[in-house]
Amino acid sequence: MGIKKTVTLYCKYASICVRSLMQYKVSFVLMIVARFIISFGEFLAITFLFSGFEEIKGYTYSDILLCFAVIQISFVLAEVFGEGFQVFSGTVKRGEFDRMLLRPCSLILQVIGTKFEIERTGPLITAGIMLWIGIRSSQIQWNVLTIWTLIAMIVGGTLLFIGLFMLGASFCFYFIEDTSLLNVLTYGAKTHGKYPIDVYGKGIMGFCTYIIPYTLIQYYPLQYLLGKTTQWQFAFYPVGIIIFLIACYMVWRIGVRNYRSCGS
Amino acid sequence: MITMENVCKSYKVAKRNAGFGEACKALFHRSYEEIQALNDVSFTIHDGEMVGYIGPNGAGKSSTIKILSGILTPDSGTCIIDGRIPWKTRMEHVRQIGVVFGQRSQLWWDIPVIDSFELLKEIYSVSTLRYKNKLEELSELLQLQELLKTPTRQLSLGQRMRCEIAASLLHEPRLLFLDEPTIGLDAVSKLAVRDFIKKLNQEQKTTVILTTHDMQDIEAIAERVILIGKGKILLDGTLTDLREASAMQEESAGNSANLDQVVANLYRKMNIM
Amino acid sequence: MKKYYLFFKLRFAAGVQYRMASITALTTQLIWGLMECLVYKVIAETYGEYLPMNYTSIVAYIWLKEAFLVLFNTWNTDKDIFGMIMNGDVAYELCRPFSVYSMWFSRSVGGRISEALLRCFPVLLCAFLMPKPYKMSLPVSGGAFGLFLLTTILGMGITVAFCTLVYMLCFFTISPKGWKMVLVGAVDFLSGNIIPLPFFPASVLKIVEWLPFAYMQNVPFRIYCGDMVGEEMFLAVFKQVFWLIVLIGLGVLLWKRVENRIVVQGG
Repeated sequence: MGIKKTVTLYCKYASICVRSLMQYKVSFVLMIVARFIISFGEFLAITFLFSGFEEIKGYTYSDILLCFAVIQISFVLAEVFGEGFQVFSGTVKRGEFDRMLLRPCSLILQVIGTKFEIERTGPLITAGIMLWIGIRSSQIQWNVLTIWTLIAMIVGGTLLFIGLFMLGASFCFYFIEDTSLLNVLTYGAKTHGKYPIDVYGKGIMGFCTYIIPYTLIQYYPLQYLLGKTTQWQFAFYPVGIIIFLIACYMVWRIGVRNYRSCGS
Repeated sequence: MITMENVCKSYKVAKRNAGFGEACKALFHRSYEEIQALNDVSFTIHDGEMVGYIGPNGAGKSSTIKILSGILTPDSGTCIIDGRIPWKTRMEHVRQIGVVFGQRSQLWWDIPVIDSFELLKEIYSVSTLRYKNKLEELSELLQLQELLKTPTRQLSLGQRMRCEIAASLLHEPRLLFLDEPTIGLDAVSKLAVRDFIKKLNQEQKTTVILTTHDMQDIEAIAERVILIGKGKILLDGTLTDLREASAMQEESAGNSANLDQVVANLYRKMNIM
Repeated sequence: MKKYYLFFKLRFAAGVQYRMASITALTTQLIWGLMECLVYKVIAETYGEYLPMNYTSIVAYIWLKEAFLVLFNTWNTDKDIFGMIMNGDVAYELCRPFSVYSMWFSRSVGGRISEALLRCFPVLLCAFLMPKPYKMSLPVSGGAFGLFLLTTILGMGITVAFCTLVYMLCFFTISPKGWKMVLVGAVDFLSGNIIPLPFFPASVLKIVEWLPFAYMQNVPFRIYCGDMVGEEMFLAVFKQVFWLIVLIGLGVLLWKRVENRIVVQGG
């Protein structure tokens, strides 16, 4: 299937999702507000914490806000585009995955196409505020490379989270009952990823580099962005997420094959 | 043409027992039970045939349908449909088949039916002209004109089923699988669905494979019946064959018995319940 | 009374059935707690004496929060009650020969306690076995522990009463899920679930202390670790009782309105 057709088809899917959501407008608005409030609470929590001191392990209030904003935006975008993977166990249980197998169309496209959750965008408001404060009071030298770094962190983060969602969905093929352990890696990373990973010490740094490569989109590029290092290579670390994504895709493929030989 | 030869399929099912102790044990060790869903299944279906595929719950009907439609890979045996192996060439294969599951919907719940159709048009890459013609034809035959603008969730079961059938035919498949298409429908809708299927088979020469528990469906539609029980094909023939097989030895169930009784009798006799 | 006991037992048995779920939940909570401890450890290393709570207290607070998550959880419990409101099955409840409010209350309490009992011991055990800086501490005194138990029950009562109130308010809206989430999101923050309340600036804290949310998990956890003592402690217990009575009272009153509404609308 060509790229153009894939894109058109995805847009069709997305427009159906949006129209379905718009059938329940009040609920839609409230969901956005509710998610905004929750994320705003987290922002306030950081602000309150920092009212008592200046920095955590060398990171100032604005550094932390910047870091949190990036993770928050990545996560929200991943949820908007990748929610189809998050609800995948239901898709399998209801037999909808069988239906997807009956259509001459990429499975991933269909899975992703089941959800286009614009009602999850509430936290973007908070993220915007944090980004604004973070950037305003930071000493970042803005040039092509730093702008690239910021964007690469966000895009890389989005892909990383989508990869994790895909991994979680793949596990549905094996033990359909429960995949909540993966939530530690997704929701956990969103909640705890507001602090640069080196705050958590060497062990966590190792895990977040070699097992799930969070540091590629958070710690390393952040060092470059904040001017804590002159190593420009760090700006390109987010590109490495592509390898992680390919690995996740492999697991997904194996899962699909397993499903088609075991049934449900 | 469909040929299925010596197809076997078995599942591993995790055993689960009630009780706290068992639940604790299951945390560490799960015991599996192997279930033979299909055991050496073979049959041939020619183009334009209309086949009723019957059997009690859990006999292997849906496994067969899943294998034929390319969702499931069998453990052994071969299956060739118009020269394709369904599970190996999924994309090409599914383009040529239509599937209706009576208990599940393929239409998007909150949007008008026509929007679902339009998405399906994109998915199957049907050209606009052919889509228009087909849609016109189907809405005529199934009387969908009034329904197309309604969101799926507001349709009655009978209306929805008519739309489901239309949705499965938009890409003009050569082969149509119907899995309990009349389940839960009122009398009028049932008749409409049956008539339509018959017409489809006669006029377009679409091959139809129908699974159902409603013996009136079989009586009304199918020329040929395949009976499956405990994963094995037990009978492949006409309705008359079915009646005879049931009536053999037992005098009570003669030709006068209705089809439900015939089948129930047969199930009991063959010990496949 | 026996009826309510039976509801409690029913929920308890259902809770036991969860298998994998309990192990994953334990792992999740341990990781969650540990991550939080790590951040506060770094902060305490630099600013130890300037913090409003000492580090050992924070660690105990975090582990208690994880261990008793389900008791004070506002967003992910009582699914069947909320579901009943969403799909209208609540009309059937009216046909039963007892007070629906008390039944909901006891059912919710039963569900929470059974789940908490299942979950808290493994979490606490692990927390006590953690290496030094992340190790859970014992309660500061026997008296504090007794009061911790009492205030936990009261705090949970307030949480349940509040949640039931929210569920009933949902009757009057067209988007129950949305409203529930809005309210619950705010409570999460105001009850000290994200950061302990002592970290709030004094001016904000003054307002928060006027709200019932400060008397949910905040009180028992801080009594346990000795962060809340003396006069403040007794005042807090008194306020807990006050809020519990007020919220239950409001609940009963609101239920009358709900009942009328269901009867009028025919369910």
